[in-house]
Formats: sequence, C-alpha cells, structure tokens
Amino acid sequence: MNTIRAIEQQQIRDDLPEFGVGDNVKVHYRVVEGTRERIQVFQGVVIRRHGSSNRETFTVRKISFGVGVERTFPVHSPKIVKIEIASRGKVRRSKLYFLRDKVGKAARLKEKAY
Amino acid sequence: MVQTILGRKLGMTQVWSEDDSLVPVTVIEAGPCVVSQVKTVGRDGYDAVQIAFGDIKESKVNKPTAGHFAKAGATPRRHVAEVRLSEPDGDVKPGDELTVGMFEPGAMVDVSGTSKGKGFAGVMKRHNFRGGPGGHGSHFHRAPGSIGQASTPSRVFRGARMPGQMGNETVTVRNLEVVKVDPEQNLLIVKGAVPGPKGALLTIRST
Repeated sequence: MNTIRAIEQQQIRDDLPEFGVGDNVKVHYRVVEGTRERIQVFQGVVIRRHGSSNRETFTVRKISFGVGVERTFPVHSPKIVKIEIASRGKVRRSKLYFLRDKVGKAARLKEKAY
Repeated sequence: MVQTILGRKLGMTQVWSEDDSLVPVTVIEAGPCVVSQVKTVGRDGYDAVQIAFGDIKESKVNKPTAGHFAKAGATPRRHVAEVRLSEPDGDVKPGDELTVGMFEPGAMVDVSGTSKGKGFAGVMKRHNFRGGPGGHGSHFHRAPGSIGQASTPSRVFRGARMPGQMGNETVTVRNLEVVKVDPEQNLLIVKGAVPGPKGALLTIRST
C-alpha cells in the first residue's frame, strides 16, 4: 500500500498555488489543435474539488455569453501551465452547486477578508 | 537470457503519461528471483530453468527444499516455478539472480496469475446472459433458458455455457505495456489490470 502511495505522491504537483472552493481562478491550460499548441485561459469560480491524491479534480464554472459553462480539470495534470487566483470567495460549503440555479447578481460570492 | 520473472501484485493506481493522459496501471513487486536449477535435455529430457521468488522463514523450510536451494547456492524462497526453454541457454547457471531490470519501459509483457474466485456462479454472472424481466408477472429471472434442441439430437452439445465454478483459475493477460521499471525497489509498473487479488503471485513474461 505504501509503495502505491509513494508512486502517487511522485505525481503530485507542488508548484501550483493552493486554492479552494469559492475562489475565482484563471486556469492556463495547454490545448493541442492538430499540430499547433496554444494556451487557453479558463476563468471562473471553483465549485467543487473531487477525489484525492493524484486523481483529484476541480470544476470551474463561468458564465459565457449568458450560458453557464463548467469545466473539470485534473489538479495535477501536466497540461495545466499555471493557475492564477483572481479572488478568494467566502463560502460555507464544499460544493457550490447552488450557483447553478442563480443568475446575475445573485450568483456572486462574498470575498474572503484577510 | 531468461525473460521471465515472478512477482507479487501490490495494487492498482493511475499515473500521468508523457503525453499528459492519466493511465491506469498495476504495480507489481517483481523479483529478485534466483535460478534454483537448470534442467537440460541430457539429464531431464527437456530444457528448462527453475526460478524461485519470495521471502520465507528458515524454520518453515523443510530439509529437502533447503538442500535443493543449498545445491544452487541460494537462500530458500517461497515460490518456485519452471520456465521452459526451446534451446539450451548457456548463460544461466544455478544461483543466478534475475531482476526486474530485464524489462524496459515501452516493452510488452504477458502476465499470468490466478483470478479471484467467485464460487459457483449462475449464467448471468458467469457468461453475461441477459436474464429475464424482473417483474410484470414474469417468473423467468436469472435462469439460463434453453440449452439446446429436442429429440434431435436428444443430448446437450458439449461446451454449452452453464452455471459452474467461476474464477480461481489461471488467467493470462497478454500484451501489457511496461510503463515504468524501478530496479531499486524491484517495481514493475504495467498498463492495465492483471489477474488476482493484491498480494497474488504473478508470472511476468516478455511477449
């Protein structure tokens, strides 16, 4: 069991900033289009973190042209170039699924005070 | 050189591959194995190499086994297996050590082991039969249904799929890709699943 833990531990990226549910993040993700490679930025609110160890994923939700878009990324994917934290939200639950039913001003989160 | 090694299944996990995809892998503790005997056509009627693997307490080794390993100049091991050779291999001699270093990442291997026993299983579990409706007055649920014709041939053809023992049999999974080799920790990481529970004895053979 410990050997498997150790193998998973090697896969974990520690160069990314710590972020949690409710944070507004910019995910710089490497996309391959045919032979060309470019970096795509996906900005939105983290509505869930799921799984553990090297399998962990997080879901970012944003409103694009009036339509809600959610995208799930593996946290430790080598395709993630960097993650920028735009703001930290103050939330009291681990999954922000209630944001799906809210639009406009109601879908805002309070910012965490430091 | 012999391209076979014995190992122990440690479990499964996922690793990131070089092309950025998550690959399901099995971690195997493979080797070190010791050559405990070399059989030749002249003496034994066929060419083979006997390899042994696994720690064992000295008090658990009986005298004949201890003597067999002492003859090869090796410490006793728990598991012994034979690898048939099509022609004599001059390089191997008793006492030689076989390590996981014989495999390269990217190579293909066949892995044999004993599958998890499922006991006496019905046709739905054992042969993926469809079964009948659950409700609506149906009394036909998990039974196999027809197993053949009537008075001609008035027998059941051999090989008809029926309930019976499932699992606990030797299964070989062929053409598994070696993802990573760690000679220091004797680890072999292959893509995909291999038979048996964690801790099961496996035979890993170069394809």
